[in-house]
Amino acid sequence: MLGIAILVFREVLEAALVVSVVFAATRGVPGRERWIGAGVAAGVLGAVAIALSAGVIADAAAGMGQELFNAMVLFAAVVMIAWHAIWMATHGRQLALQLQALGSEVSVGHRPLVALLLVVALAVLREGSEVVLFLFAQVAGGSGWVDIAGGIALGVAGGCATGLALYLGLLRIPIRHFFTATNWLLLLLAAGMASQGARFLVQADLLPSLGPKLWDTSTLLSDRSLLGQTLHALIGYDARPAGIQVLFYVITGALIVIGMKVWGKPRRTGTHGAHGAPQAR
Amino acid sequence: MPSLRIPTLVLACGFLLGALPALGEDTDVRLVIRDHKFVPAEITVPARKKIKLVIENQDATAEEFESYELNREKVVPPKGQVTIFVGPLEPGRYPFFGDFHKETAKGVLIAK
Repeated sequence: MLGIAILVFREVLEAALVVSVVFAATRGVPGRERWIGAGVAAGVLGAVAIALSAGVIADAAAGMGQELFNAMVLFAAVVMIAWHAIWMATHGRQLALQLQALGSEVSVGHRPLVALLLVVALAVLREGSEVVLFLFAQVAGGSGWVDIAGGIALGVAGGCATGLALYLGLLRIPIRHFFTATNWLLLLLAAGMASQGARFLVQADLLPSLGPKLWDTSTLLSDRSLLGQTLHALIGYDARPAGIQVLFYVITGALIVIGMKVWGKPRRTGTHGAHGAPQAR
Repeated sequence: MPSLRIPTLVLACGFLLGALPALGEDTDVRLVIRDHKFVPAEITVPARKKIKLVIENQDATAEEFESYELNREKVVPPKGQVTIFVGPLEPGRYPFFGDFHKETAKGVLIAK
């Protein structure tokens, strides 16, 4: 049971951390639970569908379907996060002001929640499909139902608890810095995903590695440790990155920062009263 | 809507980089998964050359080839075959394992 629990935990953890960051970043948005819930549900359904078609995907694109699929899922999430981060840079200031003034969850007009719904769905889909495949193998391998059910329960509970801990930790950030912090977290999340996507394309021999191992910090912080894995999911930590991964990381981060600077300049549209109406977009 | 430009730019860069041809000669290495074990469990490959690792899964269940040292992971479907590119590697030992059957599926790639 423990072996099953550990694998399930590792995969759920990565998805749960992404969901936590998104949940924090959407603080103050009415109905966000429904959006994120829908994202998770869509991700789970997608994970089962992907697992069922694993053979077809693996054989596609001359045996490189899996890498292409993973890379596309990751890059799609990167684009969605970039869009949201840039949008928030333009509107986050107002959001924080309103939250500060009212001290409660307020409506702040519509936001590209679809983008974040997709980010959540894609994260759950990616990690979830591995869990489903693993569980198929366990069932076929004759593991008992009690072991499987117990392993899933423990793993999911552990992963979600860690995600919740991160969320509660983020909530301690003072509100005036809150959206700046979550926006940077989203940026690092996107950069990390871009780096992972690049790794898949190197694995498929579709991109040059630019140095298969630029550095090795595995003795300092191993990829397989809990902290290493957490940082991998959150900021794309990789103990042995290829050169191209670092390049993708830096370029993605830089593009989002530039986007936020170019379109995120404070707009002087008069003072925002405590009960200022949501800014029309 | 100006906020759409950046995603487009990111995508365009991705496609441009993706279009670059990867250079270099490959060395083919075959690996079989049978009864949740890697056969052979130890393979020697030339160092400083890109390796094309072909893994065939003869089992009826999926496996996930994973290696921290090689920084690779890939699902190998039941009765399926996948290709993974690794390296060029510095001389040394690069352990790998099957994430779905960790107790039995273990192996090491030795670059010389």
